[in-house]
Amino acid sequence: MGVARYWRQQDQRYNLRGARCTICGNVFFPSRMMCPVCHRRSLGKMEKYHFIGSGKVASFTIVHDPAPGYRSQVPYILAVIELDEGDMILGQIVDCPPSDVGIGSEVEMVFRKLSEEGRSGTIQYGYKFRLK
Amino acid sequence: MRKLAREVAVIGIGQTKFGEHWDLSFRELGIRAGIEAILDAGIDSKRIDALFIGNMSAGLFLDQEHIASMIAEEVGLTANQIPATRVEAADASGALAFRQGLLDIASGLHDVVVVGGAEKMSDVTSDVAAGFIAAGADQAWEALFGATLPGLYAIMARRHMKEYGTTVEQLAAVSVKNHRHGKMNPFAQFQSEITVETVLKAPRVAEPLGLFDCAPVSDGAAALVLCEMELAREICPCPVKIAGTGQGSDALAITNRPSLTELRATKKASERAYERAGYSPKDIDVAEVHDSYTIGEIMAIEDLGFFEKGDGGPATVRNDTTFGGIIPVNTSGGLKARGHPLGATGIAQINEIVLQLRGKADRRQVKDARVGLAHSVGGTGGTAVVNILEVV
Repeated sequence: MGVARYWRQQDQRYNLRGARCTICGNVFFPSRMMCPVCHRRSLGKMEKYHFIGSGKVASFTIVHDPAPGYRSQVPYILAVIELDEGDMILGQIVDCPPSDVGIGSEVEMVFRKLSEEGRSGTIQYGYKFRLK
Repeated sequence: MRKLAREVAVIGIGQTKFGEHWDLSFRELGIRAGIEAILDAGIDSKRIDALFIGNMSAGLFLDQEHIASMIAEEVGLTANQIPATRVEAADASGALAFRQGLLDIASGLHDVVVVGGAEKMSDVTSDVAAGFIAAGADQAWEALFGATLPGLYAIMARRHMKEYGTTVEQLAAVSVKNHRHGKMNPFAQFQSEITVETVLKAPRVAEPLGLFDCAPVSDGAAALVLCEMELAREICPCPVKIAGTGQGSDALAITNRPSLTELRATKKASERAYERAGYSPKDIDVAEVHDSYTIGEIMAIEDLGFFEKGDGGPATVRNDTTFGGIIPVNTSGGLKARGHPLGATGIAQINEIVLQLRGKADRRQVKDARVGLAHSVGGTGGTAVVNILEVV
């Protein structure tokens, strides 16, 4: 897959940079060009918003049959996190056994290698989470 | 709600057995289902005005796009260059193609339309197939972060367990019931019964879901013939009327939806279909719902209004969703046992409902079935389609 596809999302993936609508104040991850609440009024009025990266586990699974590029990581914990700012985000929880994770567990963002496209392909980096 | 300009009926159905068809190509699967539907309708193929095909991803599975033209030619419908259109919404593609065929006739544009669905999945390994199936979820913000389709459903399942006390045994009961039903369907991929223990002891895919909580990788095709109602009464001894249709969309990624335990697209699609048909959930005698994962059936029978939210699991264990229960669900075996060739599924569901309403479902016939519902979901719920059919 082309490198640009991953490159153009680096700021969001590396820094948890989403968007904030300056009209209604809602924040969004991933970033949006237009606020789905304010529609056209928000055009040109969205600003970058840096999420702190702290939140709680809304639900999770332990993946045994992995996604492409994740074979070496099984079994891994995949969770939906409710960020402190209110938005939800999907990511792995690392650095702990699955038995330590529950719905409601508090987590924080860490920067890690996500996956690799085989031995000679590109490596993707981005956010994961660990228990606080 | 405005009435459709014209009423539409199903006058012919056909399908291949679902399963691993090493010996059959995509084209051959499509032809077999299509020819059978046209023969069942008993019409001359010259009367067919248009073709709609539901297919999720021939592009990924077979490196072949532009399949509507390909199938139209194979089934001999290009002599008069009739319009042939492919419709895509992940594994709701078949149901959506059906809806497009319905709207095509209802609008007055055409009188007789063939609608098909087909998928050839076994030409790639199951690992590769799993990656392609995940293309129905959000590639940039889910799959790239390690999400698989069963993983996303597992996340919904665990939240459902937390909020409503749903158990893994209740999830397993869906699979056990659908295998029991599938045993009575000669077109089903799996025709053997399993036990709760089989499901619970199977290898884990994404906890709490195991292999037997997941629909299989399948090849297969299904087709049907739609006809304007007045004409249908003239040429068909047993037309089945399409009473209502509804479609809903929601965010592609589960993180962009307010709840992890319901599919808003399903709720809205069914509300629209019920309103158009003038029926309520209580009026439905038999239903085919989207059980690509066992939690999917539990959420579906709740979101469609058959049971209270949270009662889907207990209802399944109470045998409310099998023969003799409140509403028999997935009499065909569902996606789990009939098989799930993505684009073909929505059409196969309608075929089962038509069989039931014709009273021709043999050993799995639901007694006095007069109104049936079919429900399809694309991916994790970005699209849902609900169609209601009734005996004329």
